[in-house]
Amino acid sequence: MLNLLYIIPALPFAGFFVLALRGRHFSKTAVASIGAGFVGISAILAMLIGISFIASPPQDHVFTQSLWLWMQFDGYTAAISFSLDPLSLIMILVITVVSFLIHLYSIEFMADEEGYSRFFAYMNLFVGSMLILVLADNLLLLYLGWEGVGLCSYLLIGFWYKDPANGSAARKAFIVTRIGDTAMALGIFLLFTHFKTLNIQDLMQSAANHWPVGSDTAVLAAALLLGGALGKSAQLPLQTWLPDAMAGPTPVSALIHAATMVTAGVYLIARTHMLFELAPLVQAAVAIIGAATLLIAGCSALVQRDIKRVLAYSTISQIGYMFLALGLGAWSAAMFHFMTHAFFKALLFLGAGVVIFAQHHEHDMFKMGGLRNQLPVTFSTFLIGAASLSALPLATAGFYSKDLILWNAWSSPSGSIALWAAGIIGAFITSLYSFRMVFVTFFGKLKMEVNRRPGYNMKVPLIILAVLSIIGGFIELPRTLGNMPLFSNFLRPVFGGIIELNPAAHGEGILQIGASLVSLAGIFTAVLFYLLRPEYPETFRKTSVFAFVEKSWFAGWGFDALYDALFVKPYFWIARINKNDIIDTGYTGIAYLNRAAHSALSRTQTGNLRWYAMGIAFGAVLFLGIVVIIK
Amino acid sequence: MVANVPMEYSLILAAILFALGLAGVLIRRNIVFMLMSVEIMLNAAGLAFVTAGARWGQVDGQIMFMFILTMAAAEVSVGLALVLHLYHSFKTLDADAASTMKG
Repeated sequence: MLNLLYIIPALPFAGFFVLALRGRHFSKTAVASIGAGFVGISAILAMLIGISFIASPPQDHVFTQSLWLWMQFDGYTAAISFSLDPLSLIMILVITVVSFLIHLYSIEFMADEEGYSRFFAYMNLFVGSMLILVLADNLLLLYLGWEGVGLCSYLLIGFWYKDPANGSAARKAFIVTRIGDTAMALGIFLLFTHFKTLNIQDLMQSAANHWPVGSDTAVLAAALLLGGALGKSAQLPLQTWLPDAMAGPTPVSALIHAATMVTAGVYLIARTHMLFELAPLVQAAVAIIGAATLLIAGCSALVQRDIKRVLAYSTISQIGYMFLALGLGAWSAAMFHFMTHAFFKALLFLGAGVVIFAQHHEHDMFKMGGLRNQLPVTFSTFLIGAASLSALPLATAGFYSKDLILWNAWSSPSGSIALWAAGIIGAFITSLYSFRMVFVTFFGKLKMEVNRRPGYNMKVPLIILAVLSIIGGFIELPRTLGNMPLFSNFLRPVFGGIIELNPAAHGEGILQIGASLVSLAGIFTAVLFYLLRPEYPETFRKTSVFAFVEKSWFAGWGFDALYDALFVKPYFWIARINKNDIIDTGYTGIAYLNRAAHSALSRTQTGNLRWYAMGIAFGAVLFLGIVVIIK
Repeated sequence: MVANVPMEYSLILAAILFALGLAGVLIRRNIVFMLMSVEIMLNAAGLAFVTAGARWGQVDGQIMFMFILTMAAAEVSVGLALVLHLYHSFKTLDADAASTMKG
């Protein structure tokens, strides 16, 4: 059964090829069956392989399957080989299952769009690349998948290419993540120069053996890989592309910018965690960046009006939580939050898609209202998703995963009160903006008539994801609530047995109660401000301090303006000055000199007889003079 | 006998005559006068030849002078025919008028 591993990424690629080459000539049903069907088969296969892996784990909990030799030169061989261990198993399960649900949803959501087959072709290419990324055995293949998902992100954000704004958003996403990709490529070069291999397991072993903890090369390599992760996962300072990426269709936002691509950075750091353990400085930076990002993005989400932008900033914020966990060394806590986040964020995006679909493609939440009774299934699933995002105590998956991170922030040796405080404040802001979204969109008066209701293809994924958002947390019960850390135990072979960073610490129960109270306080504040007393936000906005803060948070704390002034404007200025291309003057200069010499020499052709006679006389005198002098 | 005149004097005379002829060619605008100046140059060259012949007591210098005279006559006939054509085309004997090959 495990030998069928290669089929899991192969099927989506096959789907891409078929749809890219002949998709235009297929009927809509055929395109949908191929597009969603292939991913569905991959999902089923992933589940079967998962069952087989858990029931009878291979030796060392790693299964490697080498497909073929990719390239070989000068003592280095690169192969297309996949390795399946608990970490990649969780990744492929989440990726294939969530992708399949989103493909199913897209069958109906994109039914009226031209380019239906193009959409499914790109989505399949994306799923294939992402699977290659997580299954890759060596960093070169991982980088192939990394670039592949970046390409698909560009293609899908700019899917409606006829509007130039979408093209700009796609270019912005690609260029900003490219900066991270370059850092990552440099990190890969560095690692290769030192160890002559890019096989991840061998690299980690060699690094642990040769590089002392805190050495400069380890810090440099880890920092460069971190740069790549920051770009893909939209963390500070490369987070500016994600809110604008909402220009793409909603299923794209759900799949790429919520559940999978943006978590590639988290996966990279988890996969190369031994390298980060050798560079404590970089690991501390990961935690600090995570904490800062979650606060900044959370505040920005609080003042957005476009429902998808709220969710985009929310994604940035939740990935900040994952980075915080990674920075603390709580690897399995980060992966657990990744899994629960994939479920509830995809659910929220798909629900937002239904709302946008039903409201004439209107994105502004404040122009909607009262959809609770019009779209009942959507409302209840969206509510469950928002509750999970807010980490509603005990009942939702988000509670267990976020709580694990907060507990590690408090108790682990590299944690601190400041990081925990950032997480708690973030939790309050999270529940505030999630329920703000729910109340503004679904409660109140019906402002716009519902023109399209979702069918089964859109409702079934919502329901499945809602169920997962509730029960997904029960596989990692903390000490105080049952002590069944199944998830961490499963990941123990990968992360070397670190479940509890500080088993001697106590007070987990009190902290859980505290976190629950904070989350409920956020919900209560949202009820107050957006349900019971909608005039309160207006009074806040009237004060100049709040108005300024709101404007700054709305624009993402001014990062776009900063980058515009720092990078974009100087670049355009240089390009404008160099409009005639200085390098070209080397070549045009030769032509210019030619022409100048020509015009100078042609002045000797006067046509005047006496001039020519003088020329002859002058030349003769010159020649005689030379002869006399030399003699 | 004739007093021995040093050869240098004669050569200097030839040189001065040549320079005068050259200056005439360059300065004069009338083509006929340019041809006259060319004649002066030819005669100067002939004088140099004769001087050299007298220096070494050979008769070759005199023979050369006869050749130069013959050549000058032939050249003048061709030159005058060209001057006639020029006058026919440009209706003037100004050398500067024939500058249509400018540039």
